Amino acid sequence: MTATPTITSPLRLAGISKQFGAVTAIQQFDLEIEPGEIVALVGDNGAGKSTLVKIISGLYQPTNGEIWISGERAELSDPSDARARGVEVVYQDLALVDLQPVYMNLFLGRELTRGPLRTLDRARMARETQELVDELDIRIPSARAQLSDLSGGQRQGIAIARATHWASGLVLMDEPTAALGVAETARVEETILKLKERGAAVLIVSHNMEQVFRVADRVTVLRRGTQVGTRVVSETSHNELVAMITGLAS
Amino acid sequence: MTTLAAPPRDNTVAGVMRRVPWRASVVYIGFVLVFAFFSITQTEYFLTSTNLTNIVVQAAPITVMAIGAVLVLGIGAIDLSIGSTVALAALSTAVVLETTGSWWIAAVAGLVVGAAVGATNGFFITVMRLPSFLVTLASMGLIAGLARQLTDLQSVPVLDSTFVWLFGGGSLLGVPILIWWTVAAALVGWHVLRQRRFGAHVLAVGNNPRAAQVSGILVNRVKMAVFIVSGMTAALAGILYDGRLGGARYTLGEADLMTVLAAVIVGGTALTGGKASIVGAVAGSLLMSMINNGLILSGLNVSQQMIVRGAIILIAVSLSLRGKKSQ
Ligand SMILES: Nc1ncnc2c1ncn2[C@@H]1O[C@H](COP(=O)(O)OP(=O)(O)OP(=O)(O)O)[C@@H](O)[C@H]1O
Ligand SMILES: [Mg+2]
Repeated sequence: MTATPTITSPLRLAGISKQFGAVTAIQQFDLEIEPGEIVALVGDNGAGKSTLVKIISGLYQPTNGEIWISGERAELSDPSDARARGVEVVYQDLALVDLQPVYMNLFLGRELTRGPLRTLDRARMARETQELVDELDIRIPSARAQLSDLSGGQRQGIAIARATHWASGLVLMDEPTAALGVAETARVEETILKLKERGAAVLIVSHNMEQVFRVADRVTVLRRGTQVGTRVVSETSHNELVAMITGLAS
Repeated sequence: MTTLAAPPRDNTVAGVMRRVPWRASVVYIGFVLVFAFFSITQTEYFLTSTNLTNIVVQAAPITVMAIGAVLVLGIGAIDLSIGSTVALAALSTAVVLETTGSWWIAAVAGLVVGAAVGATNGFFITVMRLPSFLVTLASMGLIAGLARQLTDLQSVPVLDSTFVWLFGGGSLLGVPILIWWTVAAALVGWHVLRQRRFGAHVLAVGNNPRAAQVSGILVNRVKMAVFIVSGMTAALAGILYDGRLGGARYTLGEADLMTVLAAVIVGGTALTGGKASIVGAVAGSLLMSMINNGLILSGLNVSQQMIVRGAIILIAVSLSLRGKKSQ
């Protein structure tokens, strides 16, 4: 991964490291993702997966290394920098506002306004939300429903829809199905595959090996902050990945 | 089509009763009940238009403060310093009016004092990351001390006729000026909370600050703005007391903190943030004023009034907060 940066690749990480005081959370991490590609990031608890996602989303700053987004060197000092570059994140703990309607969540921080007084354009936000959830086939009662009235799967669907709506090239997902049942997981995975069809690059953190094989094109493994390898999903096996994650030969 | 069919509606009496959002309606039901109670027990005077107008006029400072308090509770914080800010702003305004003779410089001075109090609270809450409860508990005492210090416990008369007309005794189109102030404050508050992006950000910060932050909302800026508004609405309340009472005294606003919080909470604004109602707060403030008025007409002495008022507030607040967990 020391090649010259590909202009078109939505994400390129080169030599990313992160220290928290004396703790090394990430060491020398490299990755490049193509448009329309889904890369899974796997590893045991505390391996550094969330830390890496937070670095790419601008929440943490790397101690060392370079982030390139859409072919440009990016210094991300906070999440709005990443957002401005078209990076959207679906967080492990849903970053949604329960007491607001679905459409307000979709437009949180980017609400649409109208008229000289710039009052909130609730009708248009609700309409655009409905169109988007229809397009992504996310089943909710209504775009005007209060978020706390939705199921876990529906909420995760909304979080993904929000990322889809605003991402221009890269969507990061930290365990998007961790809290979901089998049927809801399947629906969310369909939504993720729709993202790929639309040409987005996706980095997905997952503990679920079956899921990795179902949705990802490639998989990269972290063990205690060290990147132990990257495989094309169709050329690896469940056993090989488990061995890489745990560090034990199987 | 992705819309799910709604479950069939239960239109029996029990079903309809279950759908009524009781918690959000406490203030309106309470309003009707209290109104009916005083109408029956106080027939002679309570229902006269003079008295009913008086109820609304008396509510003006509380209503204005309630607008600020709705925003503060909306971000999941609390401002305990509003009562003493009333006194400090009212005295500052009166002193500036006495020295400059200009009604508008005096009013601006009062508002600036309120904004400064709010900004100071906001500084400790955002930059120093201290809980609003502790910060405003401390500033409540500090500001009460400043108010006593300012004029050495002396009252300051407010004699300027323009000032008194505009902030107290005037009337426009046959409607008392204090009612105009109430309506204006309520409209602005409603517009800000419901129609502006700022209002949406306030509720997001109160409901889930992390979600607000990762969505690009400048959480600290929102908190700071809300505390400044709270200081300024308290100051405006102080100015309205100046106008109505024709003078300022360090005791102004002393009992208002409890009344404002009761009005806002009964009105359906959550103490836990993210859920707020301006209309409910205005209704709550009128309810508090009506209770006050009715108790005075009932011939209770001041200590009895305090006891009954405290009990009524306790009942109303527990009704509006009960069952919160299950929702
Ligand atoms: N803000 C922080 N300050 C100090 N240490 C941190 C911080 N965030 C993470 N760490 C440490 O960095 C390491 C990696 O944590 P991280 O949350 O990235 O793991 P993870 O791979 O996402 O784990 P999980 O699968 O449990 O979500 C852990 O040892 C954790 O304690
Ligand atoms: Mg994690």
